[in-house]
Amino acid sequence: MSDDTETRRAAAQAERLLTAWKTPTGWRYWSAVNNSEVGLWYTTVAFAFFFFAGILGLLIRAQLAVPGNDFLDADTYNQVFTLHGTVMMFLFAVPIFEAFSIMILPEMLGARDLPFPRLSAYGFWSFLIGGVFVCGSILFDAAPKGGWFMYPPLTTEYQDGVGVDIWLLGLSFIEVASIAAAVELIVGILKCRPPGMRINLMPLYAWYLLVVAAMILFAFPPLITGDLLFEMQRAFDWPFFDPDRGGDPLLWQHLFWIFGHPEVYIIFLPAIALVATMVPVFARRPIVGYSWIVLAAVGTGFISFGLWVHHMYTTGLPGLTLGFFSAASVAVAIPTGIQIFCFVATALAGRVIASTPMLYVSGALAIFVIGGLTGVMVALAPFDFQVHDTYFIVAHVHYVLVGGVVFPVTGAFYYFYPLAGGKTLSDRLGRIAFWLMFSGFNIAFLPMHLTGLRGMPRRVFTYEGGVGFDVLNLVSSIGAFILAAGFAVFLWDVLRPKGRQPYSPRNPWNAGTLEWLGEMPDKPWGVRSIPVIESRNPLWDQPNLVRDVDAGRFYLPDAEELKRETLVTSILDAEPIQCLRVPGPTFLTMGAAAGTGGVFIFSTYHWWWLAGLSGVLALGMVLTWLWTGTALIPEKPAKDVGLGTTLPLYKSGPQSVGWWAMFITMMGDMTAFAGLVFGYYFYWTIHEDFPPDPAAGPGVAWPLTALGLFLAAWLLTVLARRWNAGGRRQSFFAALGLACLLTVAGTAALATGPAVTGLDPTAHVYPATVWVLVLWVGIHAAVGVVMLLYCIARGFAGKLTPQWDIDIHVVTLFWHFLAVTVLVTVATLAGFPLVA
Amino acid sequence: MPALPIPFLTHGRRLTAAAGVLALAACDGPQSTLTPAGVGAERIADLWWWMFGGAVVIWVVVIGLAVYATRFGTGRHDVRRARLLIIGAGAVFPTVVLTALLIWGLRLMPVLRPPTGDAAVRVEVEGLRWWWRVTYVTPDGRRIPLANEIRLPVGQMAAFTLTSPDVIHSFWIPSLGGKMDMIPGRVTELALEPTRTGVFRGACAEYCGTSHALMQFGVEVLEPAAFDDWLATQAAPAEAPASPEAARGRELFLAFGCGACHAVRGTPADGTIGPDLTHVGGRLTLGAGILPNDPAAFARWIGDTHEVKPDAEMPPFGMLPAADLRALALYLDGLT
Repeated sequence: MSDDTETRRAAAQAERLLTAWKTPTGWRYWSAVNNSEVGLWYTTVAFAFFFFAGILGLLIRAQLAVPGNDFLDADTYNQVFTLHGTVMMFLFAVPIFEAFSIMILPEMLGARDLPFPRLSAYGFWSFLIGGVFVCGSILFDAAPKGGWFMYPPLTTEYQDGVGVDIWLLGLSFIEVASIAAAVELIVGILKCRPPGMRINLMPLYAWYLLVVAAMILFAFPPLITGDLLFEMQRAFDWPFFDPDRGGDPLLWQHLFWIFGHPEVYIIFLPAIALVATMVPVFARRPIVGYSWIVLAAVGTGFISFGLWVHHMYTTGLPGLTLGFFSAASVAVAIPTGIQIFCFVATALAGRVIASTPMLYVSGALAIFVIGGLTGVMVALAPFDFQVHDTYFIVAHVHYVLVGGVVFPVTGAFYYFYPLAGGKTLSDRLGRIAFWLMFSGFNIAFLPMHLTGLRGMPRRVFTYEGGVGFDVLNLVSSIGAFILAAGFAVFLWDVLRPKGRQPYSPRNPWNAGTLEWLGEMPDKPWGVRSIPVIESRNPLWDQPNLVRDVDAGRFYLPDAEELKRETLVTSILDAEPIQCLRVPGPTFLTMGAAAGTGGVFIFSTYHWWWLAGLSGVLALGMVLTWLWTGTALIPEKPAKDVGLGTTLPLYKSGPQSVGWWAMFITMMGDMTAFAGLVFGYYFYWTIHEDFPPDPAAGPGVAWPLTALGLFLAAWLLTVLARRWNAGGRRQSFFAALGLACLLTVAGTAALATGPAVTGLDPTAHVYPATVWVLVLWVGIHAAVGVVMLLYCIARGFAGKLTPQWDIDIHVVTLFWHFLAVTVLVTVATLAGFPLVA
Repeated sequence: MPALPIPFLTHGRRLTAAAGVLALAACDGPQSTLTPAGVGAERIADLWWWMFGGAVVIWVVVIGLAVYATRFGTGRHDVRRARLLIIGAGAVFPTVVLTALLIWGLRLMPVLRPPTGDAAVRVEVEGLRWWWRVTYVTPDGRRIPLANEIRLPVGQMAAFTLTSPDVIHSFWIPSLGGKMDMIPGRVTELALEPTRTGVFRGACAEYCGTSHALMQFGVEVLEPAAFDDWLATQAAPAEAPASPEAARGRELFLAFGCGACHAVRGTPADGTIGPDLTHVGGRLTLGAGILPNDPAAFARWIGDTHEVKPDAEMPPFGMLPAADLRALALYLDGLT
C-alpha cells in the first residue's frame, strides 16, 4: 500500500515537473529558451554556416584547379575567400562550441538549465541574424573582400561599398553573442554544479569550457575595440589607421591578433575537451592525468595571450621582439603535447574498443599532430620569413583547425547525437564519411605545404602555369571534392529519416558522466532529480545512481509551484546554497536580438534613424525582459528542495548569479576599455607627433570637473544601496535621482574639454583618440543612467525593497567599474599631455 | 575550361619557357624557397630540411604509439607506466627539442637581418597597387628610377628600403631570402645576398586588393661586371626610335598624354604616377611580372589593361586604332 502511494506521489511529481518544463508547441515553439532547444538550434545553424563556408571553399578550389582559370573573376574570388575564412572562424568554429556547450553542459552538470536561459536564447538569435546578414552579402555582390583579418588601409580607404562594414558590424554583433555565452558558461560551471561535485570532480569538459570562456572574456573585447576604431574611421573619417594623419595601420594588426591568436585556442580547446570526454569512455577507464590536463589547459590559455606577434614577424619589428615571441610560440607546444599524451596514456592503460567516434578522434590526432609540428616550424621567425602568407600557412591552419576542430566535432556529433533525439547515427555511413573526409583532406592539404614552399602566396585568385604550382593545385582541388563528398555522406546520415529506427538504449556508450543519465528520448526536465555526486564518473562509480535519480530520491524531484527551478551551489565545494528559479519561454529575447541586429545592420548603411529606432526597440525589449524575468520576489523566502534541505529562493549581492554575471561582463568591458587605452599609449610610444602639441589637449579643468561629478554619482549610488538596506527609502530615491543628474553633467563636462579646445577628430589621430575615449565613457554613462532609473522604477513598483535588493547590488557593481573607467580616462586625457 | 583570359597563358611563352628550363634544372621552379640562390634562403632551407626530417620522425613515433596503445598494447600497461609516458613524451622531450630548435632559430637572426651599413647595392622599392617602383641609389648618391624588376650582383649584399604609399604589400624573392612587409607610414629594410646567378621571380606576399595575384616581378642575379653594365644602361636616357613606325609611336605616346603618368628620360614625358618607361623594352617582364616583354604584350597591356589586370590605375586605351596601338607597342618595345 505504501509502495503504491509512493509510486502515485512520484508520478504526480513527474507530472508537475513536466508541466513546468514543457516545451512550447506550434509557432510558440520558437519562444523556447531551454538549453536543449536553444542548443539544438544553435548547433544546426552553426553547421548550416559550416556547409555554406565549405561550398565557398569548393569554389576556391575550383578556381585554383588550373592556372589562369576564369571560373571566378578577381573581385568575386576575393569576396569568396574572405567570406570562407570569416564564416568558418566566426560563424562555425567559435559558435559550434557555444552550441554544444549550451546543449550538453547543463546535462553534464546535472542541472536543469543554465542560469540565464534567456541570455542563451538572445545569443542564439543574435548569432542567427548576424550570420545570415554576413553570409547573405555575397548574393548581392556586397561581401567583404579584405581577407578575414581585414588589414587597413586597404579596407579603410581602398574598398568602397558596404562589404567591410558588413564584416565589422556583423561580426561585432556576433562577438556580443559570444561574450553572452561566455558569461553564461562561467556562471553555469561555477554555480550550477550538482551537490558534491567539488571543483576537482568536474568533468574535464567543464574545465576546458571554463578556461575557454575566460579566454573569450579577454580575447574578444580587444577586437570589439578594434572594430569600434575601424568603423569610426570608415563612417566618420577618424584617422586611427591613416598614417598621413598620425594613425598607424599596425595598431589594427595588434588589436586583431591579440584577439586572433587566443581565438585559435578558443576554438581548439573545446574540441580537445570533446576528445577528453570521449577517450575515457572508449578506453573503458577514467582519464589518466586529470590534473595534468587541467593544468595544461590553463597553461595553454595563459600562453596563448603572449603569442600574437607571431602573425606579424614580417612587419619589421625589432629582433628582440621576434625572439621573445618565437620562444613563447614554441612553448605553447608543450602543454598541447601533454594533453595529447594524456589521451595516449589513457588508451594505453585502458582497453580501447573500436567505434565511429573513436575513429574520428584517431583521424583528428593524425591530422592535428602534423598541424602542431608545422606550427612549431612557423613559430620560429626565420622560417616564417619565408613561408608567412604562403600556401604553407594555408596548409598549417587547415591541419590545425580541421584536425583540431572539425574531426573531433564530427566525432562528437556521432557520439552525442542520441542525446538530441534518442536515435543513433549509422556506424557504416559514419565510417564511409570518415574515410572520404580523411583521405580527401590529406589529398587536398598535404600538397599545399609544398605549394607554399615553392613560393605560391596565399589569397591569389590565379597563378601562372609552369612555375611549379600546377600539379600540386590540381591535386589539392581533387582532394577538396573528395573531402566534400565525405561531408555529403555525413549530412545524409544526419538528415535521413529515422522514424522506423528504434530508440537507442539508455547510455548507449556506457559513459561515466551525467549527461547520459537521461532516458531515450529524454524528457524536457533534463534530470528527474538532481543527484549528489561523489566521483568524476558517477555513472560508473555510484551504484544505483540512475535508479535513485529516476525515483526522485535526490534534490528538486518536484515542482510544487510549477516553476522552473535548478540548484545553485558554492563555487569550490558545490554545497547547495540556493534554489534558483529560471525564466521560461518568451519571444522577448528574439525581439531584443532583432532590435540589436537592427542597430548594427542599419548602421552599415548609415540609416541612422532606423538604427536609433532599433536601439530603442532593443532597449525596450531588454528592459521588459529584465523587469518581468529577473530579481522576482518569491512567494516565500525558502523552500524544501528534498533530502531534508531547505534553501532560500532569493540571494542578493555576491551570492546571486546576477552579481556574478555582471562582474564577468564588466571584466570583458574593462578589457575592451584597456584596448582603447592601449591604443592611446601605442600611438605615443611609436609616433613622435603624438600628442602633436601638448597644449592642444582637452585641458585639465574640464576633465577634472567631470571626474568629480562622476565620482560623486558613484558615491551616491553606493550610499543609495546602503540606505536602501537600512530602510531609508527617501534618501535612496533622492541619491539615485541626484546621481543621474550628476552623471549627465559629468558626461557633458568631459565632452566640453576637447570641444572648447577645438579638438577635431578628423584632423589627426590624437583628437580622434581623445574623442573616442570620451565617447566610450559617454556610452557607459548612458547605460549607468538607465540602470539608476531602472532601480528608481523598481523601487517605486515595490520590486526593489530593503529585503529584496539584487538590482541595486548589481547596479552598484557596474558603477564601481564605471568609476574606474572615468578615473583612467581622465588621468589619460588630462594628465598625460602634461607628462608627455 | 573556357578560354583563358590571363595573358601569360596565351602569350607568356617566353618567360614560361625560361622558367620551365629553370624548373627542370632545379626541380621546383624559379620562385621556390627550396632551390635557394641567396644566403638567407640557403640557411632557411637548411633549417626546413632538418625540421622536416624531425617532424616526420616525431609524427611516426606519436602515431605509432597511439596505434599501439589502441590496438595492441591495450590493457598490458599499468597507470604508472602511462604516467611516465605523459611526463617523458609530453613534457620532457618537447622541452629539450624545442629549446634546441629555438636556439638554432634565434642564432640565424643576425644572418637574416644583418647590419646594412656596408651593403654594395642600395635599392629603394615602393609597393603600389599593383606594381613596384624601384630606385637604385648609387654610392655617389645618384638615383636611377626603374620599375618591376630587380637585378643584383652575385656575392654582394644588397640593402632594400621598403615603403608603400597606399596599402600594405610584402616584398618577397623566395629564392634569395625571406619577405618583408611594406607598410604605409613606415620604412622597413631587408638585406639579401645572392650566391649564384640566374633568373628568378619575386611576388607580393601580403594581400593588397583585387589584383594582388598579379603583382610580381622578375629578378636576375648577374656577375658584378654585367650588373655594372646593366646599371649604367639603366642610368642613361632613352634611345631614339629605331624605325619610322617606332618614331610615330613616340609621337603618339607624347600626343596621348602618356607622359602625364610615365617618364621616358630624354623626352618631354616626365610623369611620376606610373612606372618609369625609359628602358621598359629591356625588362624581364611587362605589367609587373605577368606578361612577356614583346610588342604583342605591349599592345595588349595598353588596349585591354583591365582585362589583363583588374582595377589597375592605368586607364585602358582600347579605343585606339590598331595601327596606333602597334606603333606605340613598337616604340615601347624598342626602349631597351
